[in-house]
Amino acid sequence: MASGPSIWERIGFRRSRGVAEAGWGRTLVVAGVSLVYFLPVLFIIFTAIKPQELALSVPPTLSPTSLFGLIPDRFVFTPTLENFGSVFSRVMTAGGLPEATGFDRFFFNSIVIATVSVLLALVLGTLAAYGFSRYPLKGNDTYLFIILTTRMLPAIVVIIPVILMFRAVGLSGSYSGIILLYTAFNLAFTIWMMKSFFDELSTDVEDAARIDGSSEARVFRKICLPQVVAGLAATFVFGLILTWNEFLFALLLTGPDTRTVPVAMNQAVSSGGRGTDWTLLAAIETLFLIPVFLVTFFLQEHLLRGVTFGTVRK
Amino acid sequence: MSVTPTMSAPTARTSPAFLAASADNWRLALVLGVAVSAAAAAALPAAVAFWIVGAMAALVAVAFAVNAYRRRYYGGLLVAPAIAVLFTMNIFPLLWSLGLSFFAYQSNQQSIRFVGLGNYIKVLTNDIAAADNWHALTNTAMFVVLTVTAQMVVGFLLAMLFAKQFPLRKYLLILVLTPMMLSVVASGVFFTYYYDPTFGILSYVMNGIAGGQFILMDNKAGAVAGIVFADAWMWSPFVMLLVLAGLVSVPKYLYEAAAIDRVSAWRRFWTITFPYIRGLLMLALLFRTIEAFKLADLVILLTKGGNDTMTISYHLIRIANEQNKTSEGAAISYVMLFMVIVLTNLYLYLANRRNRES
Repeated sequence: MASGPSIWERIGFRRSRGVAEAGWGRTLVVAGVSLVYFLPVLFIIFTAIKPQELALSVPPTLSPTSLFGLIPDRFVFTPTLENFGSVFSRVMTAGGLPEATGFDRFFFNSIVIATVSVLLALVLGTLAAYGFSRYPLKGNDTYLFIILTTRMLPAIVVIIPVILMFRAVGLSGSYSGIILLYTAFNLAFTIWMMKSFFDELSTDVEDAARIDGSSEARVFRKICLPQVVAGLAATFVFGLILTWNEFLFALLLTGPDTRTVPVAMNQAVSSGGRGTDWTLLAAIETLFLIPVFLVTFFLQEHLLRGVTFGTVRK
Repeated sequence: MSVTPTMSAPTARTSPAFLAASADNWRLALVLGVAVSAAAAAALPAAVAFWIVGAMAALVAVAFAVNAYRRRYYGGLLVAPAIAVLFTMNIFPLLWSLGLSFFAYQSNQQSIRFVGLGNYIKVLTNDIAAADNWHALTNTAMFVVLTVTAQMVVGFLLAMLFAKQFPLRKYLLILVLTPMMLSVVASGVFFTYYYDPTFGILSYVMNGIAGGQFILMDNKAGAVAGIVFADAWMWSPFVMLLVLAGLVSVPKYLYEAAAIDRVSAWRRFWTITFPYIRGLLMLALLFRTIEAFKLADLVILLTKGGNDTMTISYHLIRIANEQNKTSEGAAISYVMLFMVIVLTNLYLYLANRRNRES
């Protein structure tokens, strides 16, 4: 008899499993559910590779391949990459030559603004969370609740004073203005999340290090910070997803040079009075989805472990 | 932060004299800062005065920081930068709009007049304005209940599906998370396509089944269902992620012990699993309720408030942005904030009480 797991067991058909494991049967069920859940996204991606004239066809074209005859021909379209090209350069006026749309710049803006503000919020928020957790001030809970309150009002209420303030000091339409604003809006979430991570850490090791003569800064850097890496990753992803797609502030506070993709996307698909340009919208969204999708995918393990660690274990 | 205090540093220094030119003399810095700022604001144009006030604020901040560091107030030192950013970008504008709510002010006019509680009385009791507000508020309450319930149920069920480790789990999980990453502009616009009576997929399928022309959004129930479905689809993954985090944190030996004792699945869930996810369910509920109160973008994209789907947040955008009634909008939003704060506190109180009991 061969020892060790058989080929069947290696690919998942295990005879006896731990209580927290399931086999390919579960994979099949979940794959079905996940695909149905993913369908609206898949449709957007397929629209991005659809010829423009088929965007509003009846019946709707659903697939770039007939899957070996499984899907009837009237639902099938021939894929094209044209739409991705027209995101960056297309004919704007009838009969004219293709013009650059500036979307390369908008993608660059989105990446810079989202990354810098989320990282800045992460640095400031982590320091503050450490302070709230380790050196409680008088009225600590009150401060924390006020910080949460900043997330409760609709953005429109804050926006009018912010517009007036930015205009008065010349921050309107600049990178620093929108980055500072996004930093502030990420801070509330970052502080709440990171504080719960620091609260979970055992202070025994820290106290031991202090007795051995480590400075406060060293305790933070060498002992606390390495233990909350997962939490940092989770907070980064949540913050990135929210900042990446923010629309209202970007609409009102960015200029032509600092415009982000959601704003530009809204303008690109509804300009010219010809109604929505479906394939263009889908192409922009598909390209726009890729960076945040990849970041989430690669930080996924941290995301699960991180959230767990921060909020559950007491 | 690179300088580190040594163990021999005195723990309690005396404060410097008021006029001493010491880096930690925050009292002198504060008086100087306020005086210079006031003079600059009064005498110079706003664009110049701003930077002077900023420099003075930095001076005072440095004095406070040095003082805190020398006297070991680490808590204040760590929290201060974050509070400073939050204050300038969030709390100061919030207080500004709170102030505006006591004036009659329109952002397209120069005049400004103090009216005390006039705006609040108007938005709460005026025959026309208040009726609209209360109606939008009732609609919002309905959306909060429906979307949050849908998200909690769907998110919870999805999390249960992903709770165990199985082959390809990582790749299937990211598929379910994707709706959350879409820009609401794109997903909202595409939902108008899915629901479209002529071209849409939903109508195509329904026409095939039922015959005739199927129009989802032509009555209130359909419009509400359409919005709730789109919102729940986008944000259930958020709930799922939090619940899933709770589920994977349950120690496996508890399940193993339960399996040996032949505990029923129902009992196993309530006695082992539920205590681990309760906190996260509550957190998800808190964040989603706060967000649901702000529901506006999907309503704008899908119905433009038609078919009686106006929410308070969209109503607010109309009043404050399209009709330029800045101070009236501020008054509405503070009434709304008051309600959310009451709700949140009630909720935090209940959550804490449950925690203490267990």
